[in-house]
Amino acid sequence: MLEIILRISLLCISLAMLGLLYRVVKGPSAADRVIALDAMGINLIAIVALISILLDTSAFLEVILLVGILAFIGTVAFSKFLEKGEIIEHDRNR
Amino acid sequence: MKTNDLILQTVTKVCAFVIILFSISIFLGGHYSPGGGFVGGLMTSCAIVLLLLAYDLKTVAALLPIDYKIMIACGLLISASTVAGSWLFHAPLMTHAYSYFNLPILGKTSLHTAVLFDLGVYLVVIGVTMTIIQTIGESE
Repeated sequence: MLEIILRISLLCISLAMLGLLYRVVKGPSAADRVIALDAMGINLIAIVALISILLDTSAFLEVILLVGILAFIGTVAFSKFLEKGEIIEHDRNR
Repeated sequence: MKTNDLILQTVTKVCAFVIILFSISIFLGGHYSPGGGFVGGLMTSCAIVLLLLAYDLKTVAALLPIDYKIMIACGLLISASTVAGSWLFHAPLMTHAYSYFNLPILGKTSLHTAVLFDLGVYLVVIGVTMTIIQTIGESE
């Protein structure tokens, strides 16, 4: 029973990722693509969690936190590039 | 143009500590669970990169006055001396030893010389990553 539910939710999240992929390809502005990539990272976390339940292992629990941190830092770097044109400044009070 | 990054800087102050604690937990748990020196070093440099994003190179250099090239050398020295330490006991090269000790707070703990080798890997990974990022970031 649980396995059927897990497979159905995996299918739903995969469809959501397909929708987000459409937004990455089609998105009119760069900000749309950045937001879509961030949401794809969050969906990837959900897929890893569901698969680790499906495989009955706790070996992937670090991956969940790791993908979350990487998605956050990637989104911050992208948005800083879109706002200022450079990601790491030498002196911000210049 | 000065921009107001109050939200990003406040979030960074909280998140950087969580990321560093996570990287230390990955580093120390590497013997029994997925992780180890490489991923732990990458996560620590992730925390420093987050600081670099929220602040700038000068502020982070004042916050962490570390020369990352010396850090690479220290890491290589620790790993190499761990490898060479097996010579002292007339064992083949890279032989690691472990034993159980009763530490005051932690109780029965298994201390392994492979952790010292991993510490060298950890320092080298942080040093290489931060050297690359700082060198690219400084060029105008």
